Amino acid sequence: MRHKVLAALCLASGLLAQNMPRFRWENFTTAQGLPDDRVYSVCVDGDRVWAGTDNGLAVYERGKWKVFTPADGLAHRAVLYVTLDKRTHDVWMATMGGLSRYSAGRFDTFTQLNSGLANDVVYGVSVLDDFVWVATAAGGSRLNTRTGQWSLYNERNTPMYEIWTYSVTAAEDKVYYAVWGGGVLEYDVKTDHWKDYNDPDGETELVLFKDQGLIHEITTSVSYVNKILWVATYFGASRYDGRNWHNFLQKDSGLPSDFLNQVKSTDGTRAWFSTDKGLAYFDGENWATYRPALDTRAPEMLVRDSQGKVTRVAVDTAPAHHYTFGVDFQGDDVWVATAKGLSHGIRIQGETK
Amino acid sequence: MFRRIRFSSLRNRRPVRPLLALALLALGWALAGQDVPRYPSPVDLAVSPDGQRLYVVCEGTDELLAVDTAAQSIAGRVKVGRVPQGIALSPGGQRIYVTNSWSDTVTEIDAASLGVLRTLPAGFEPHGIAAGNGSLFVANRIGSDVSAIDLSTAQDARHLPAGRGASYVAASPGGQRVYVTHIYPNPGPFRSQPESEITEIDTEHQVVVSRTRLHNAAGIFHVAISRDGRLGLAAQLRPKNLIPLAHVAHGWAFGDSLAVFGEDIGDAVQLPLDELDRYFSLPFGVAIAPDKSKAYLSASGSNEVAILDLPRLVEAARSPGRAALANDLSASAAYVLARIPVGRNPKGIALSPDGGKLYVANRLDDTVSVLDTAKGRIAATIPLGGAATLTAERRGERLFYSSRYAFQGQFGCANCHLDATIDGLSWDLEPDGFGVDIVDNRSLEQVGDTAPYKWNGSNPDLQTECGPRTERFFFRSQGFAGADLEDLVSFIKSIPLRPNRFRQPDGELTPAQERGKAIFERTTRKDGTEISELLQCFVCHAGKDYTNQQLAEVGTFKETDRSPKVDVPQLINVGNTAPYLHDGSARTLEEIWTVFNPKDQHGVTNDLSKDELNDLIEYLRTL
Repeated sequence: MRHKVLAALCLASGLLAQNMPRFRWENFTTAQGLPDDRVYSVCVDGDRVWAGTDNGLAVYERGKWKVFTPADGLAHRAVLYVTLDKRTHDVWMATMGGLSRYSAGRFDTFTQLNSGLANDVVYGVSVLDDFVWVATAAGGSRLNTRTGQWSLYNERNTPMYEIWTYSVTAAEDKVYYAVWGGGVLEYDVKTDHWKDYNDPDGETELVLFKDQGLIHEITTSVSYVNKILWVATYFGASRYDGRNWHNFLQKDSGLPSDFLNQVKSTDGTRAWFSTDKGLAYFDGENWATYRPALDTRAPEMLVRDSQGKVTRVAVDTAPAHHYTFGVDFQGDDVWVATAKGLSHGIRIQGETK
Repeated sequence: MFRRIRFSSLRNRRPVRPLLALALLALGWALAGQDVPRYPSPVDLAVSPDGQRLYVVCEGTDELLAVDTAAQSIAGRVKVGRVPQGIALSPGGQRIYVTNSWSDTVTEIDAASLGVLRTLPAGFEPHGIAAGNGSLFVANRIGSDVSAIDLSTAQDARHLPAGRGASYVAASPGGQRVYVTHIYPNPGPFRSQPESEITEIDTEHQVVVSRTRLHNAAGIFHVAISRDGRLGLAAQLRPKNLIPLAHVAHGWAFGDSLAVFGEDIGDAVQLPLDELDRYFSLPFGVAIAPDKSKAYLSASGSNEVAILDLPRLVEAARSPGRAALANDLSASAAYVLARIPVGRNPKGIALSPDGGKLYVANRLDDTVSVLDTAKGRIAATIPLGGAATLTAERRGERLFYSSRYAFQGQFGCANCHLDATIDGLSWDLEPDGFGVDIVDNRSLEQVGDTAPYKWNGSNPDLQTECGPRTERFFFRSQGFAGADLEDLVSFIKSIPLRPNRFRQPDGELTPAQERGKAIFERTTRKDGTEISELLQCFVCHAGKDYTNQQLAEVGTFKETDRSPKVDVPQLINVGNTAPYLHDGSARTLEEIWTVFNPKDQHGVTNDLSKDELNDLIEYLRTL
């Protein structure tokens, strides 16, 4: 009887492993036309894929890469984040030298000298309706694209005791900032009210109260979908549904690392984590990790079920590197920005994402 | 307040006196209202699909006129918003849409009844308009963007970034694409060649799909698309602002030209409309014959309409040497068939559906010229009414927009002061020496009480500014003198002040603007030390126009400047008038202080945080 139960569990694990999304990975580096292998951000706009790299912006269209540099009007060669205005299909870029907008061949650049932008070190940008929300090293900035008015958000007018904002997401009725060392800041669009979320135990190295609040103050990324907030930190991830927090650590989840560069949720339940030890996917119960193996560099896919059982899935390809910065989605496919190139995960059909 | 004082002063007198005073006051107001003649000033027009109605937008009387084309008389009037500018018809012609540039709205009119159906919201200073895919696309001049107005919800749903000073729009057949031009050059490095664009919008997805670059062009006006959608034409200026304005004899002031683009051409080409010794000044309206045999353009400074042989124009645009043709004034002989005199300041033009008639809106004559396109001559002139007598301001306005005073009719005041505003350029004027005293073009709004004039303040009044100096240093020919000069000055003093878009409707300042006002009016630094009087913003920028009318040294002196002192400029509507400083070196208001004020000589700003500087700018934009 015990053997039958074990066999059933093994079979279930095997089926689970097969049901987690599997990909055939195609990797792009400078050899294929990227301006740099260090890719910080990827953004999909239909058939076009934008990549922010350490040495310029690139767009992949009809099988070819086209590169943009400061000579084309880009604010700075180091492009840390790329996002899309879904209404206009303009592309906004956070760079180490200001904020840029690419609109049908034209760059417009906003800096702390020529505009109301708070600081030229820009880490993140997000667009909601007519407003462009920007995360800078000197707090948040908001551009009203209809009036040209800038609003700055910092320690003077928000509960932001650190002003090093690292990521911003604006969706539905909320705007969230990941404040590096300062937790998460929430702006309610309807009430024009700010609220902060912090690590309740106040410990920078320990997690004393695991599900009682944000996992850590050093936040790197926020994602808000279907009124669910996901937060990435350098010490784990947090999920907040408006009432309850749930935190995820490497030791008790399928996260390959607690060091997270980005979290991006697709529907509030499912989320993708860009970590220093691979790309992770969580479907609400189970986890998958995609990477070149940390030791052998051989392609690797690991699946962890809700009971904690880990199964290795045989794969032939893997993302370009285990150090991942961010993801974006193209139908069932996924694109991954890594420290050694940009990876296109082409979904192997038969499973659902 | 006025009434209270009047009554209190009359309190102890006989009761009939206040009544008499009120009656006289009312009479005075009424007479005052009658004393200001209003001229229709037609600026744009459209023809109904059956050709029976001509719709004329009259910016001077805030009206749309419906003209019976057979009877050549006004058949109806529709009151629209303030200072209407653009017009579009729905595909079947059942609806008329008129942009109201001072109301920031679009009036929707039923073509059959001429009744106003709705007033739709638009952006800042809407001008050109086109319909496509259930939406209206409106070029907002101050917003420098295009509103996509959803006709089903009546919402200004989204704004698409266009060129600076977005103004004119044309739709492709079927309305799948719209093309947008703009009158000010896009921001660029100081003293670089101006860059402009034609913005192409996919109306189904409401996104910008391309920007056709127009190098060395600034001031792009009406645009037209051929009926097969393969050819586009846009009237445009090629200003020579990097060259000292001393070479008018060589034609190095403005080139009046045409941007030719579309599938028929490939990359856009700029072709001249001028002749070697006769200029086609300030080209504005453009139309393409249905069979693509001809194109028509109005020259708002030369008071003419040109008839172009379109196949020859296309041939020139495809020729191997096409890139060199932009400044070759002999080229136009190959495709300009005729230049037909029309009324003063011809603006919008429109063809009848069969292409047999071309209607021309003569803004400063208050008429519409009807050109028989087969015969190539004016068949009729339709009067639009309005005041019979000409005021000094109206006479001056005609002078301001005319190019006949300059050598070979090359340009007029309105070339640089587009629609009596600015051109967004800095110029090298000759009287002070080549390469010396580069000057930013200043706004003329409410300029009457801001003497002295010029950036060096050397002209004590507008008569000096616009009189012999203009003749000698600009026009190199005839200048304004005597009664003409007085009329011109009267007009300039009467240029209306556009509504400020950055003030709240109730006139109250936002918290950020209030904070900025406090900075503008502060007398001490943040550390409590006093700011010397000459470094207090409101001391130099004083009075109703925000200038003390003095010279000041603000640390912006360059080796190419003769004097470190500059005239304190007025700040009215300053948010619209980039670039800034005497030579236009500051591209934005922010750069005045972040780049060009390192020693706190242009007000004390280096103790301000970025938040506070932003507040100051928010306040300045309300002035």
